[in-house]
Amino acid sequence: MTENLIDRLAQDLRPAPRGLVAGRLGLALALSIPVSLLGVAVLLGLRSDMPRAIASAMFWIKLAYAAAYGAVGVVCVERIARPAGAAGGRLRWLAPPAVGILVAAVVQIAQTPPAKAHELLMGHSAMVCPWYIAASSLPLLVALVWAVRGLAPTRLRLAGALVGLTSGGFGAMVYCLHCPEVGAPFVAVWYSLGILAPCVIGAWLGPRLLRW
Amino acid sequence: METSEGELKVLMLAALDGDGGAYRALLGDLRLRLSAYFGRRLRRDTADVEDLVQDTLIAIHTRRATYDRAQALTPWVYAIARYKLIDHFRRAGRRVFVALDDVGELTAADQSAAAEARRDVETALASLPERIRALLRDLKIDELSVAETAARAGMSEGAVKVASHRGLRALMDRFAGPGGSND
Repeated sequence: MTENLIDRLAQDLRPAPRGLVAGRLGLALALSIPVSLLGVAVLLGLRSDMPRAIASAMFWIKLAYAAAYGAVGVVCVERIARPAGAAGGRLRWLAPPAVGILVAAVVQIAQTPPAKAHELLMGHSAMVCPWYIAASSLPLLVALVWAVRGLAPTRLRLAGALVGLTSGGFGAMVYCLHCPEVGAPFVAVWYSLGILAPCVIGAWLGPRLLRW
Repeated sequence: METSEGELKVLMLAALDGDGGAYRALLGDLRLRLSAYFGRRLRRDTADVEDLVQDTLIAIHTRRATYDRAQALTPWVYAIARYKLIDHFRRAGRRVFVALDDVGELTAADQSAAAEARRDVETALASLPERIRALLRDLKIDELSVAETAARAGMSEGAVKVASHRGLRALMDRFAGPGGSND
């Protein structure tokens, strides 16, 4: 029985594709980020002051903060989507963006009269921001779950959480094109919550959807 | 079981490039290792063992492109085997944790890794109090019975059990890392 199986598997063996893991993850992102972009542009609208915004530091700080989590997420998924893959060392890169945004928040608060500090934290969209970010990340979550299902994660909950982190980070990056907020404390709290939401969803979905 | 990690990896790399002969040799060798691996964990069910071996060989085949050529092969293989085993138990309706002794097998074929693992164990042991370390040595390494260990240490059997249990817990905490289940 097993003898036959081995014969069958070894017959007509074709070379295995190189770079399958990176290829699938790249494809998933290349397909889903434009969908998310389209969704944000059509349903929420791009910010009207875009030319002025891209000249401001805060625009790029927000973008970098979100993109950093997406990038850390995807390099971790690249490991954890393989049997015996350990994201360990790469997870350490979660710290620099967090420290960066906290430093920016502290600097901004120190430069602002106390009466206005509250606004830096709450802005005008605190109550909707995390929801919008979670929604912006949905196309990515779907595409990445598809990508990782075709690979071979053996720690499903962690793989799901990291898929969620990637979706949340890049989803928030897309959402930056709509979001008019200028407070670093706002980003530190509400963006982080928005990115965390798909992580939690991913951790829940992992053992259910990533089995193979 | 004589083939080394290095030899298996050479076969795998050739197989990934389409060498059917190397692949056949690799799967033939892995088959024996997997039978031993599952056999030890499912003592009674030889049919289940054979099923799991086949499942795992098929998984190795269909997922072979997820093997990272820069990494050792046997940890990749045993991670798949362990995944299939947990899946098997889950389907059988039991929630289990595959024991820590798997960690030894991951490196069993690789002498340098085995030496490193031994060093790690020594380092971890060194962190325990001398009295408990001696108990664990007697019990786990020299494989004395609880009664013999107790006599040697001049303690009651109950005290030996409690102390060695605490010592093992402390060791396991040190090695706690990658989780015990697939979650």
